[in-house]
Amino acid sequence: MISVRKLGKRFGTKTVLRGLDFEARQGEFVAILGPNGAGKTTFLRILASLSRPSFGDLRIAGFHLPSQAAAVRSRLGVVSHLPLLYGDLTAEENLRFYGQMYALVNIDKRIAEVLEMVGLRQRGRDLVRTFSRGMQQRLAIGRAILHDPEVMLFDEPHTGLDQDACDMLDKLLREVATRGRTVIITSHDLARVEALAGRFDVLSRGVITSSVERGGLGQRNLLDFYREALAG
Amino acid sequence: MEVQTAVNRTQSNAYLKAVLAIVWKDLAAELRSRELLAAMLVFALLVILIFNFAIELQPTLRSTITPGVLWATFSFAGTLGLNRSMAIEKDRGCLDGLLLAPVDRSAIYFGKLFSNLVFMLIVEVIVLPVYAVLYNTNLFNPGLLLVILLGSIGYVAVGTLLSSMAVQARTRDVLLPIMLFPVILPVLLAAVKASGGFLQQAPMNTIWPWLNILIVYDVVFSAIAFMVFDFVVEE
Repeated sequence: MISVRKLGKRFGTKTVLRGLDFEARQGEFVAILGPNGAGKTTFLRILASLSRPSFGDLRIAGFHLPSQAAAVRSRLGVVSHLPLLYGDLTAEENLRFYGQMYALVNIDKRIAEVLEMVGLRQRGRDLVRTFSRGMQQRLAIGRAILHDPEVMLFDEPHTGLDQDACDMLDKLLREVATRGRTVIITSHDLARVEALAGRFDVLSRGVITSSVERGGLGQRNLLDFYREALAG
Repeated sequence: MEVQTAVNRTQSNAYLKAVLAIVWKDLAAELRSRELLAAMLVFALLVILIFNFAIELQPTLRSTITPGVLWATFSFAGTLGLNRSMAIEKDRGCLDGLLLAPVDRSAIYFGKLFSNLVFMLIVEVIVLPVYAVLYNTNLFNPGLLLVILLGSIGYVAVGTLLSSMAVQARTRDVLLPIMLFPVILPVLLAAVKASGGFLQQAPMNTIWPWLNILIVYDVVFSAIAFMVFDFVVEE
């Protein structure tokens, strides 16, 4: 589903990604871990076609990036720590706007389904600026799944959420992942992603240095694996 | 052939719907918050008042100075609106939300252009009568209104493109006017000259060259923005 070969990204003289290789199959849930500045967000922004790679080959669902970006974007849903929502519009209006941008048909039916799924059916006509941070993040997931994408990218979605909101978000993440979607998530919260993802990749100094399946952790917990990967 | 035509029509419809969706979204959000229009309007009225007190106008001088005062007011207020319009998109990450949509990114440019144009025209419609009363000048001249429309289109065509560049920088508030005013100078010059021509009832053959400059500028800069917007907004 996602195939990345020798991906690189430079910002001026600073090289952030240095020939990164990455694969993700359909239905796989991959967590990308790494310290601040490792290049996790840059990598996800390139996958989302928000940033152009400096070199390397990148394909999502068989489409090449950046040359077939529009085809890739129609198959992608992206959630970041920012909600990407308009505070002066209601939840329904936000979803309707994005539905129109994605040229969806039967928008009203889809909006009702999505609001139900993220538990905001009763708040559909309220302005988004009146929502708590957790509710905004749930609506952000609703926005991202509105067009039923095959690939979901989550860039540190737990940032700024309290424990209850994080638990609710995790429940939603599991629901999103059960529909055969490929999910890529970056996070600093190892305990949470350990319970969510099926594979863990460590990104350090611009490349994936280690990768392990959940079953491959053995007696170690994710924190041990992560520390070993960074030390190595 | 028929299938290709149908695909093209569907793509055109999706493009047009995306443009209209952005315009609707901007107008609906502004109708609720009124922060952009209020700031532009108050600023424009203050500029007019300051000019009114700063320049003791003889009645004979009014028609010669009016176009300059009007366009200085419109461009200052317009800069404020352009900055705010893009800042709203950037601050909550909404610009990324727009860029993630599977439409040609020039649709985002034209959507923002039309909504910026609507905001600028609303401010102008309110400012013109106030100016007419304060300066005791008749501004309800169809020729002048045409110049204001053409000048405003040129202004927002360039301004929308440059504001989408400036919004990426930390110093966006000061960066936009620094980038915009040198580029917009031909529009302002042509608009001031053409407005002056209509207000002083000059012969049309002296006004046409300025109108032509405005039309060419509008077309050329809209076309340039259409071609480069994708590169401007992508990292």
